[in-house]
Amino acid sequence: MRLPILFFRLYLLALFCFVFAPIVTSTVFSFNSDRFPTMPLGHFTTQWYQTAFARPEVWEAFRNSMTVALSAATLSTALGFATAYTDFRFGFRFKPAYLALALLPPTIPLVIMGLAMLAWLGQLGLSGTITGIVIAHTVMAAPFAMAICRLRLQQMDASLEAAAWNLGASPWRAMRVVVVPFCLPAIISAFCLTAAVSFDEFIVAWFVSGLNRTVPVMILEILQGNVDPQINAIGTVVFITSITLVVAAQLLLLGRTAR
Amino acid sequence: MARIPSIYPHVWRVPLLIWQGLFFVGPLILMVAMSFWLVRNYRMEPDFVLANWERMLTRDYFWSAYQVTFLRASLAAALASLFAFPASYALAFKVSATARRWAIFFLIVPFFTSYLVRVYAWQVLLAESGPVNAVIGFAGMGPFTMLNSGFGAMVGYLTLVMPLVVILQTFSLAAIDRNLIEAAWNLGASPRRTLVRVIVPAARVGLILGAVFAFILSFGDFVSPFYLGGSKPPTLSILIIDTTKSGQQWPRAAVVAVMMILTLFTVAFAAVGAAYRRKA
Repeated sequence: MRLPILFFRLYLLALFCFVFAPIVTSTVFSFNSDRFPTMPLGHFTTQWYQTAFARPEVWEAFRNSMTVALSAATLSTALGFATAYTDFRFGFRFKPAYLALALLPPTIPLVIMGLAMLAWLGQLGLSGTITGIVIAHTVMAAPFAMAICRLRLQQMDASLEAAAWNLGASPWRAMRVVVVPFCLPAIISAFCLTAAVSFDEFIVAWFVSGLNRTVPVMILEILQGNVDPQINAIGTVVFITSITLVVAAQLLLLGRTAR
Repeated sequence: MARIPSIYPHVWRVPLLIWQGLFFVGPLILMVAMSFWLVRNYRMEPDFVLANWERMLTRDYFWSAYQVTFLRASLAAALASLFAFPASYALAFKVSATARRWAIFFLIVPFFTSYLVRVYAWQVLLAESGPVNAVIGFAGMGPFTMLNSGFGAMVGYLTLVMPLVVILQTFSLAAIDRNLIEAAWNLGASPRRTLVRVIVPAARVGLILGAVFAFILSFGDFVSPFYLGGSKPPTLSILIIDTTKSGQQWPRAAVVAVMMILTLFTVAFAAVGAAYRRKA
């Protein structure tokens, strides 16, 4: 059963084709002139981009998405860093429960989060608001920020901070001049990644957004209608945005860890 | 350490407690409570009645949705684990460390890109007159109807979970002590026997975690069964959305949600228990 290396190469190729086929397809068809996706392809066109971005509601949705993504990324990165630092620096009773509370949200199905958030934000008078979406996305994205910051703290010599204290720096000052600069690549990376999470999330946003639609919520609503190549155009822009964020996040992390 | 002022640790520790309490635990508790509420004249009233539970759990459509969701998620977990394994094996043992890092890098990227647009792309690819059928047509077969079926939904589930399963499997395979494998060979074990008796048991934790995450993600997914599976039969997540969005019956949707969470917890605990159980 010793398989030739060629088999493994081909198998990996097939796997990556499967994973990336939808991303490539969407991009290719966004430049294809035929209204219905058939083979062979028609000619090259940018008309779907033009029609999509001539609509004011598309711009409105992009503005909403940007606002939500930037706010949620800021909040969840701050929350994630504080939690990661707590885990790194302090021991206390019930710490496993504390960490479970921090890391649990991504395991709850999105539909359930959506329902629970809809009911809860309704009680708080926040349903249908941008604030509501920001809150929901922060809950969902913070664990990712925490994981990234925690990994970076792992690489820091724990005695570095203690050395700063012994040299007379207050904990606050040690945090400012030692810990934060050391973690900066991870913090920026966490910001990019949580922005990407928020930018692509649509189920919870769909539940709580009301009339303030974000881009993926708008795509979801267009999808419930007909085949529409504008989705490919909008989707390609969404892909490029989130892939840029994710790649930036990973380059920051990999670049620093290699050193 | 003694000089740390007492407020300092709390500034870092407390924000999460407040935030998760307000916006994570709070909503979930409300949802559980809501499943006992009463709906009268299209308005919810706080109450403690079992009507919603009785109503949902005695209906056949709930149980058939439950069965479909559970079976599909199990199948997705099994298929994803099976299809991912040769790739993870190759990444762990057959390529250089640099190539492995790049592969992991490219597997993380799709995880954070729009799942919705990817599913739409599959709608295009798998359509009756789409590219996949065109390729099959060259071979003189088809066209096949692949959308609005269990097959379509499964393609969607695998799109969602495959990268994550490969990553988890690769990490656990790459962490195996090479000496163990060489020892097995030196002792005369065939490659097949080495795989079954040495490699798979050593990588058990990652293999099980991969399958569990595949199950959890597929079990809760709404997009694939709706847009690729044609939502017939409905899954539990489709049931929740229908009940919430059109029926205004939030308490009944809450019953379905609580049932889903209970199922996921049971499966996750059983699997993690199996993963970390000391081998007899």
